[in-house]
Amino acid sequence: MTTSPLLDATGVAKNYGAVAALRNASLSVLPGEVHALMGANGAGKSTLVKILTGAIRADAGRILIRGEQLDIRSPAAARRAGLLPVYQEPALIPDLDVLSNLRLTGTPVEPFRAWVRELGIPDLDIRETARHIPLAILRVLDLARALAVEPDVLVLDEMTAALPANLAEKVLEVVRRQGDAGRSVIFISHRFVEISALCDRATVLRDGSTVGVVDIEPGIEERIVEMMLGTRIEKTRVSARAANDVTTAAGSRPRLSVRNLQLGTKLNDVSFELANGEVAGVFALEGQGQDELFAALAGSIRPTGGSIGVDGAPVKFSHPSDAIQAGIAYVPGDRTEALAMQRSVRENIALPFSAALRKWGPIRMRREQVVVSSAVARLQIDTRAQGEVQRLSGGNQQKVTIARWIAANARTILCFDPTRGIDVGTKQEIYKLLRELAGQDKSVLFYTSEIEEVQRVCDRVIVIFGGRVVDTFPVEQADEASLMRAAYGLPRGARADVGILAEVKPGSNAEAAS
Amino acid sequence: MTDSATMPQPVSIGRRLKRFMADRPLIPLIILLVILVVILQMLRPGIVNERWIANTAKFAIPLAILAGCQTMTMLTGGIDLSVGTVATMSAFIMATQIVNQDPAVAFLLAMLPAVLIGLVNGIGVGVFRVHPLIMTLGTSLIGTGFLQVYQRTVIASGARIPDFLNWLGTGVTYGFPNALLLFMPVAVLIVFMLNRTGFGRLLYAVGDNERAARLSGVRYWQVITALYILSSLLAGITGLLYIGLIKAPSLSLAEPLVLPSVAAAVIGGTSIFGGRGGYMGTIIGALILTVLTTLLTILQMPEGGRRILFGFIVLFVTAAYLRIIEDR
Repeated sequence: MTTSPLLDATGVAKNYGAVAALRNASLSVLPGEVHALMGANGAGKSTLVKILTGAIRADAGRILIRGEQLDIRSPAAARRAGLLPVYQEPALIPDLDVLSNLRLTGTPVEPFRAWVRELGIPDLDIRETARHIPLAILRVLDLARALAVEPDVLVLDEMTAALPANLAEKVLEVVRRQGDAGRSVIFISHRFVEISALCDRATVLRDGSTVGVVDIEPGIEERIVEMMLGTRIEKTRVSARAANDVTTAAGSRPRLSVRNLQLGTKLNDVSFELANGEVAGVFALEGQGQDELFAALAGSIRPTGGSIGVDGAPVKFSHPSDAIQAGIAYVPGDRTEALAMQRSVRENIALPFSAALRKWGPIRMRREQVVVSSAVARLQIDTRAQGEVQRLSGGNQQKVTIARWIAANARTILCFDPTRGIDVGTKQEIYKLLRELAGQDKSVLFYTSEIEEVQRVCDRVIVIFGGRVVDTFPVEQADEASLMRAAYGLPRGARADVGILAEVKPGSNAEAAS
Repeated sequence: MTDSATMPQPVSIGRRLKRFMADRPLIPLIILLVILVVILQMLRPGIVNERWIANTAKFAIPLAILAGCQTMTMLTGGIDLSVGTVATMSAFIMATQIVNQDPAVAFLLAMLPAVLIGLVNGIGVGVFRVHPLIMTLGTSLIGTGFLQVYQRTVIASGARIPDFLNWLGTGVTYGFPNALLLFMPVAVLIVFMLNRTGFGRLLYAVGDNERAARLSGVRYWQVITALYILSSLLAGITGLLYIGLIKAPSLSLAEPLVLPSVAAAVIGGTSIFGGRGGYMGTIIGALILTVLTTLLTILQMPEGGRRILFGFIVLFVTAAYLRIIEDR
């Protein structure tokens, strides 16, 4: 194509302190094009979108709109330039009715109504308060509100994530027609099915840089996965773990068995088992239901269906203390969720000891001291600033959250992305610790957003996509490419020519599906 | 990280002093208390004597116990504004029931509303998650209303201050006020509870990070319900002590102590946002407020001026104190 791009961003960079969120991102969108923006977690998609739509400002880079260099200083400026985003979170003000929300942004009402009908909601009452509207509908309304002002470039961030199938279909149809009408759409999605059905080209980001722009054609998903992984695709070490071969425990009861677990629309029919002495990894893209899975196992939220069994007996957790009673401890990814920041290392580690009503009496200080210091020693927590946990470094704080459950001798630890944002040395220590725990016949369920951690820590990996367990790999087979493909919902072992694209576009010439 | 062990280079004296204060938050409070006493002595030479000290202690003690209720509730991020009403109720019921009842029965009757109000506060805050400020203000108003209704039923029988409470509230033995017999065990118990018991730990933990406490298996409602009942019981006992000191049962007996009790806890370094503080500071805070009141009284200012000055000094002291101890 020789038409000049509608939007052309090059060399975009953004730093948060010492962390580079974007290094050298570029994105070029042609008129009438639906353009996919892809990348693994943390690749910089959201940052790039926020820069394009004026929510944050870039440190470097050039953004041309219709060939003109523009400095987008605010969302309003982006709007005037014809760029309009629909974010993942609903943007209507919850306490206003729909009509007032429209007035707030100066959106024309009649076109909005027309779009709402078009998107498959025939009976919307625009006097309804936004708070009372279900999430899925709110997202559609957000989209209709954006469509109503006829933007030149519409930016959709995981638009179909919270939608039931019938609404998602309508949305995709409408988006497709935007392209036909000569408007452009930037479409962010984790779903290859949608991308193949909808998009013309894709830009792939990795570690804050654009690593490739490809035309969407059958078989391209393999290359996209490759690009998202980059050079890391070569085999990392697959360590043999003869010391604790879990397969020998075939006769014994599983430590944790999850059967057909259901949680609203977030988790669907999830089943797996966790054996004693095993570290089972959970790998998923962001927001595929892993948060809910861990919360349900930790007793924080109640599942709407299915069952959880501990040591072969069914359990129902109504409070985290129930899970703790059953020996299941939850280490959240966000340290600020787990620590009393103004209290000492000792108090934080000893906190579960006092939780039960019958433990409210005098504390046996000497015994507590012994237990706490052995946990501190085991995790090598730097205790120079132990008076207040908030003075510790991030890595040491994370160690405290784990040390608590070592001290409490929990038999199963649910670790949710425990190495997020901590230094490499501490990461290594945590990997080693988790392996040691498994060696002592404890079990660990380990969610990670960093794909290379799977090989270092896990015996087995469960991949979750769209609230379902889509695949389970023994660690020997869990190379990064296979994991990434599974995490995007692609079937295992499929070759390039029998990919999903072949099924979606039956008219195309690459039909070798069967 | 601002860790002293990692900073070998010499630090300025001012900075060292600040760090010293930050590590020992009681010291600046004690210094302030001494300064106030010295000023008092300079203004009225000879006023600071044994009798004055005993008198100051007598008036500081009820305030200090109520401030203990505030300290405990504030540690969880709450507040207990019903302590004034609870204290008044138990005092008033005691004084009126003692006329016809056995002392033990009168005592139990006097403590009954305290337990009830504490329970309602605890359930409201802990289970239904009503903001403590609103919850305790509400129960306080309800309690006052009930007391007015109750008053009509006992007008005929009159009221009497039991001798024992009289002795406890005003008596002095070998120069020590008898009220210390009550206060010492209460203070030791509160300090011990906050530092050395599981329940105390939970108060700090819940106030610092409720979610973290929950993930550690703590059931919030249990802690909060127990806390507000305890707070109310202490307030009830304070009421009995206070009626022995004031000797005139009225429907607003302990009400004037409520806000000073909050102020004493805040001056003593307990954070109203929870998770930070202790009872020793609160005790000194109560002493500071009591001495300050004496100081303003002997200045012979009109009541209005005294209040204005009192308010300014409390604000200034609290702000300065937080600047001193919050060294990051």
